[in-house]
Amino acid sequence: MTRVVVLDYGSGNVRSAVRALERVGAEVELTADPDAVLAADGLVVPGVGAFSAVMDGLRSVRGDMLVERRLAGGRPVLGICVGLQVMFTSGEENGRTAEGLGQWPGRVERLDAPVVPHMGWSPVRAPAGSVLFEGVGDERFYFVHSYAVLTDPGAALAGDNPLTPPLVTWADHGSPFVAAVENGALSATQFHPEKSGDAGAQLLRNWVASLG
Amino acid sequence: MSVAVRVIPCLDVADGRVVKGVNFQGLRDAGDPVELAHRYDAEGADELTFLDVSASAEERATTMEVVSRTAEEVFVPLTVGGGVRTVEDVDRLLKAGADKVGVNTAAIARPELLAEIAERFGRQVLVLSVDARRVTGETSTPSGYEVTTHGGRRGTGIDAVEWAERGARLGAGEILLNSMDADGTTGGFDLEMLDDVRARVDVPLIASGGAGEPEHFTEAARHGADAVLAASVFHFRTLTVGQVKDHMRAAGLPIR
Repeated sequence: MTRVVVLDYGSGNVRSAVRALERVGAEVELTADPDAVLAADGLVVPGVGAFSAVMDGLRSVRGDMLVERRLAGGRPVLGICVGLQVMFTSGEENGRTAEGLGQWPGRVERLDAPVVPHMGWSPVRAPAGSVLFEGVGDERFYFVHSYAVLTDPGAALAGDNPLTPPLVTWADHGSPFVAAVENGALSATQFHPEKSGDAGAQLLRNWVASLG
Repeated sequence: MSVAVRVIPCLDVADGRVVKGVNFQGLRDAGDPVELAHRYDAEGADELTFLDVSASAEERATTMEVVSRTAEEVFVPLTVGGGVRTVEDVDRLLKAGADKVGVNTAAIARPELLAEIAERFGRQVLVLSVDARRVTGETSTPSGYEVTTHGGRRGTGIDAVEWAERGARLGAGEILLNSMDADGTTGGFDLEMLDDVRARVDVPLIASGGAGEPEHFTEAARHGADAVLAASVFHFRTLTVGQVKDHMRAAGLPIR
């Protein structure tokens, strides 16, 4: 059975992430134990609340190092919501900037839309070749966030760069923003697959299946 | 395409059971909230709200179990309101599996509570519930709407539109606007009040109170509601979530 660890660092409601992964057939443990985190077939980094608070929480369990070590070994990691945001270079909130894990280039900034937070079910545009969105069709996913990445994290890797650019899925709220990123061992979604009904279950099933 | 208008059934729960008469086939009058949550989920509910109307600490503890069991089994967002007074109350509900928490009376008594909750958990978990009624004459407020407590029976003298605006500024990520005049009438949402609040707040707005027909939900969305909430029409199966969503979809609204 595929073993998944949901990183336990005091982030809000993670119970549903655990249950949703169990529902799609994974054996799930909620822990921050380094051995368990490194040994798991897949690691989920959840995150709700403020960018800097999530970064503080992650560092308090050495989550920054654990994510780095897993990725260095090509071991899959899935970030959810602020768990996606902290994979980027930096995050802005209330005028201050906090440093992220820097796995992808880009800044997390406030959504510019008539109604913020972006709260509810929105459609997404997944690129060809996406593993996460395979078989999902044109289903909507549940978002709840005030901040997002508005620039293409693949742009910096275009041209002669030897690295494979990430596959980016987009959604719109006021302007286009990054709804999901798939990049080798590291994937992340701005929406909550664990709260996105059957569509979310399909996405998690796809991710768990990819863990091999 | 934009974010879908959410249709949200609301369940009044106490002591682990749904209160208010419920007459679903195969269920007793006071239904099991988890079973009903499943049913609404299957019908296409975009979110669920539990309103804890418990009268005692023991009953309230039972609500926590209901929240946990629901979060274990139903994979759409769950908001829980009723009797939330402190940051610790919010913490307990989130740990039990709620995604969002509704705050009402306690914030009227102490508005800073909203800022405290938003600071600790982020504004996206915080729904400010405003029970408003129309007022005229000497007791009127600038907007003509007043915040009430005790199910609309007691006025506070606070202007409802100003309160919604202030609540959003303090940290509410969403406003649940419940018309106490329309509540229970099935004559439609208070559209004028929706317009007035919509003009002043830029966080999502949930319309509540007065739903009786599918058309009412569509009207509310056209008057700026990001989500529409109803209890009795769904409880009594006057309408299904599916019927409401079909109507809204046919009217050209974005619907999941």
